[in-house]
Amino acid sequence: MAKKPVKKQEVETTGHEWDGIQEYNNPLPRWWLWTTYLTIIWGIGYIIAYPAIPLINGATPGLLGYSSRAEVAADIAEIEAQNAPLTARIIELELTEISSDELVGGEADGFAYNGGRAVFQTFCAQCHGAGANGSKGYPSLIDDDWLWGGSIEEIYTTISHGIRHETDLDTRISEMPAFGEFLSKEEIVGIVDYVGSLSSINGAVATEEHEMLFLDNCAACHADDGTGDRFAGAPNLTDAIWLYGSDSATLIDTVTYARAGVMPAWSGRLSESQIRQAAVYIHSLGGGE
Amino acid sequence: MGILDKHGVIERNATLLMVLSLVVVSIGGLVEIVPLFYLQNTIEDVEGMRPYTPLELTGRDIYVREGCYVCHSQMIRPMRDEVERYGHYSLAAESQYDHPFQWGSKRTGPDLARVGGRYSDEWHVDHLSAPRSVVPESIMPQYAFLKRTALNIEYIEDRLIADAMVGVPYTEVMIASAKDDLLAQLDPYSDGIDSLYANYDERVVARNFDGQEELTEMDALIAYLQVLGTMVDFTTFEPVASR
Repeated sequence: MAKKPVKKQEVETTGHEWDGIQEYNNPLPRWWLWTTYLTIIWGIGYIIAYPAIPLINGATPGLLGYSSRAEVAADIAEIEAQNAPLTARIIELELTEISSDELVGGEADGFAYNGGRAVFQTFCAQCHGAGANGSKGYPSLIDDDWLWGGSIEEIYTTISHGIRHETDLDTRISEMPAFGEFLSKEEIVGIVDYVGSLSSINGAVATEEHEMLFLDNCAACHADDGTGDRFAGAPNLTDAIWLYGSDSATLIDTVTYARAGVMPAWSGRLSESQIRQAAVYIHSLGGGE
Repeated sequence: MGILDKHGVIERNATLLMVLSLVVVSIGGLVEIVPLFYLQNTIEDVEGMRPYTPLELTGRDIYVREGCYVCHSQMIRPMRDEVERYGHYSLAAESQYDHPFQWGSKRTGPDLARVGGRYSDEWHVDHLSAPRSVVPESIMPQYAFLKRTALNIEYIEDRLIADAMVGVPYTEVMIASAKDDLLAQLDPYSDGIDSLYANYDERVVARNFDGQEELTEMDALIAYLQVLGTMVDFTTFEPVASR
């Protein structure tokens, strides 16, 4: 069904004429015209209410006194106020008491555990992995093998002050010597064979001579039986957990050039409560002592 | 309607149309440009900002050369979620010595404005060489060649002079000792370290960044990454709310 042509009103022309072509002087559609007027009015209102006109020392402030900085400060203050009783509780409790506390403890809906998980995923997962399983050079946090200690207090100290973090005076520090500088290649291979025999890897067989080399050079930190020393961050060499790898080539590298992993100190970047939450979370992952 | 009826004159005269268009466009341009002449007033004064050391500056050039800005912004916006994830929102003053700035407008990777000190040097070496070795879900390309590419420091004085010309306060002394300062930053036990600290800041991080003997582009890039967002001490900073 064809639409009936709407009968046009007579419209005057503008009076312009080019090569016999004339131009109607149709009015602008009313909705369009009013929308334009409204945007102009809105624009004027905005200029009055909000920061708008740039002047020499900054923009006009606007009647509402809005600023993005004040807004974000208010946002943060609001959330902090909501969490204040919880964060205060976390700080006043002993670290060991947090996970069993009525207010902030518990796993599924616990504030400390879930806050700690959020902190971990944001700041720790890049090195230790999203599942905290670590990778070469970055310790797994889900096993019971700890370089510097796995009690919640030790974990808290490690997070706060980091490991070999130069600018933190309380950081955990130790330095394995690069034995390549004063032992021969044969002696290093001998030590690696002995270390391999401790945890029965590589099918290595150790001689008494190799054992003497180990006792002379390594036992001071890794202990006579190779079980390590947490005070020096010296790993246990008798288990099957190897931070950099247990194949002979890697172990020779480790002894020759030494290893010294660095972890940043987080006390400047995270709040006291956040660090405590992260400690609770990491302690709960399976290896906590 | 008086003057409005005269528009035919402009429409029929191409030269006049062009001249008047130019006038209109330059008004728009001036409104945008003039505030920049008053930058000294609009950038707030914050303590701790210093020009990049020669090594950091070279690293910054590598950052720009490799197009890191295509995926990484350096601009933490004043929003709670960003502040919680990345740290204090960025200040104009923090990029005052950046030519060009690296704010960016798109994040495929995370914001890097405060990445300094957040990871260890070893992590940066591992991550730049093979990103998925440490972050399995990463889609970042590998930059392992940086570790094998010797750093070109032949033109470092000229590089500082170029920045000095656009307003970075590099002094004659800084320019003259640029090469020594660059090498000193890789060895905190060298003789030149005092000059580096005196020229820039006691807090300059000096160490062998990539763990290799050779001076490589990896050293420079990590030196740059480790200084990002660390110059201003936010424990003493009081933001002016109206800015």
